[in-house]
Amino acid sequence: MKTIREFEERVHVEFAKGGIPGFVHLYAGEEASATGVCMNLEEDDYIASNHRGHGHCIAKGVEVTGMMSEIYGKGSGTCHGKGGSMHIADLDVGMMGANGIVGGGPPLVCGAGLTAKLRGKGNIALAFFGDGASNQGTTLESMNLASVWKLPVVFVAENNGYAEATASSWSVSCKDISTRAAGFGMPGTTIDGHDFFAVHEATRAAVERARSGGGPSLIECKLDRFFGHFEGDNQKYREPNEVKTIREESDCIKRFSNTITNDTEITVSDLATIDGEVQILIDDAVDKAIAGADPEPEKLLTDVYIRY
Amino acid sequence: MARKILYQDAINEALDQEMARDDSVIVMGEDVVGGTGAGGEMDAWGGVLGVTKGLYGKYGDRIMDSPISESALVGAAVGAAATGMRPVCELMFIDFMGVCFDQIYNQAAKFRYMFGGKATTPVVIRTMYGAGFRAAAQHSQCLYNIFTHVPGLKVVMPSSPYDAKGLLIQAIRDDDPVIFCEHKALYATEGDVPEESYAIPFGEANIVREGDDVTIVALGRMVRFATKAAEALAADGINCEIVDPRTSSPFDEDTVLESVETTGRLVVVDESNPRCSMATDISSLVSQKGFGFLQAPIEMVTAPHTPVPFSGALEDLYIPSPDKIEAAVRKTVAYGN
Repeated sequence: MKTIREFEERVHVEFAKGGIPGFVHLYAGEEASATGVCMNLEEDDYIASNHRGHGHCIAKGVEVTGMMSEIYGKGSGTCHGKGGSMHIADLDVGMMGANGIVGGGPPLVCGAGLTAKLRGKGNIALAFFGDGASNQGTTLESMNLASVWKLPVVFVAENNGYAEATASSWSVSCKDISTRAAGFGMPGTTIDGHDFFAVHEATRAAVERARSGGGPSLIECKLDRFFGHFEGDNQKYREPNEVKTIREESDCIKRFSNTITNDTEITVSDLATIDGEVQILIDDAVDKAIAGADPEPEKLLTDVYIRY
Repeated sequence: MARKILYQDAINEALDQEMARDDSVIVMGEDVVGGTGAGGEMDAWGGVLGVTKGLYGKYGDRIMDSPISESALVGAAVGAAATGMRPVCELMFIDFMGVCFDQIYNQAAKFRYMFGGKATTPVVIRTMYGAGFRAAAQHSQCLYNIFTHVPGLKVVMPSSPYDAKGLLIQAIRDDDPVIFCEHKALYATEGDVPEESYAIPFGEANIVREGDDVTIVALGRMVRFATKAAEALAADGINCEIVDPRTSSPFDEDTVLESVETTGRLVVVDESNPRCSMATDISSLVSQKGFGFLQAPIEMVTAPHTPVPFSGALEDLYIPSPDKIEAAVRKTVAYGN
């Protein structure tokens, strides 16, 4: 969680300085979801992500230095600078890609789930998508298909309250996205996405169901994003003190830290040590990204096809 | 004596042989089995026109019916391909790609490039195209040109049973996403097809008929129409060379240019609407790279810039015909004479 937070806070700062090109959508504030979900997954499980994908990538095990370089568009990036923030993918660790198309991921996850089912190796596939994508036909079609084909798939709706600048309380026609699961014959549950332990527990049940051949599930995490839809968003659609209040009262990392320092032998000092290591990791990632070389010109034409 | 089978049976045989050879080959689509979940027989349809009939009996769960959800279906095929399978997904009519195009052109086509060369997506999307069935505007289009525009996709349009089998086997073995366009009016046509498995490489045009007066480049069903026109013209001493590109992406530029170098005259026959089509693309290619060979303006024989009409009286006017091809050839031969 801390790695994601530090990564995103730093991208925010560096973007403001002008060093990062293109469109960037930050995940800060939602860390309990990616982390609580992915801690239930193995390396050969697959996830598909969305435009707000940095947190999912880190939680699934994509290497952070390569990610930062990718966001800077450098040749040393995860995708050699040809994908960028919205298309970071690393199939070797089961990350099928962030996705620039809202609702692009759920159909792909049905396919990964189909592979898992046909191969019978016990792995599963999971789609992260937002409240906006919960209104896309692709998502709804995929939930139906996953149920009909009884695929080992988990759908995780991260409802951060806004599809771009439009409130989900207005654009989603039901109070809880999870209630849509009933229409597709699968269990659905809504949880507090700021609560790492609640996310972890709900996902554990859904993943177990998928692995044991029980079929798909839908989990809705209600949570908040600390930043705008994209970097540069004026966020005038939010209430004046909204983000300040969220940071003070609903910070998933503060809640996690309080719980484990109160309930376990882990100390504040232990966490500070981890924070220090994360700081070094992110500093190093940014230094390497800035120092990295641009992709070579001939790379414009490579990897369109395997053979042509 | 060579064995003759139907175009649709050649496609079935290619699927059968590849499914037998490689257990990662799976088939999915709407009613590709037919009867799933119903009280009657399984494999009731075997595809809406029976092209996949019989595969269910041999391969069971490796051929699966889908709900009518083209986005989820095609996306699932793409996702399965990216995770190790070789899905052959049937998109029943090419006209339906409007409801799932994102999964084709934003996802499948771009994974390898966006992910820095680290994704392999060996998916085949088989789809029926073309006019002539009185199927009207939403079940008759010829849209291979739209896929041809997209980098990352390979696009195939076999004109004969022999090519249908060999090109489909190549498509299934190919590691890139392939859009495999089958003309519905060709399904019942017959031709020589070897029983053994064989693959036809992409990007290699077939010279269907040799001649030194006029080059006709024709695609899909239009190859048969061009052949008919060429036979009539031969009686008048006009010898046409017919080039069938077989794949629009990759495209065999060399064979087309070499033919035009010999003949000096080009007629392009394409069932698509005329704007931003294979006809304009091939005309542009020859104008740029073969301008010096040309002894007459290039002629295009295409559908008009209209939707496909329902009435047979109108649809027959819509489709490029052997007569129109013959007229275009005569026009280019008459130029300057």
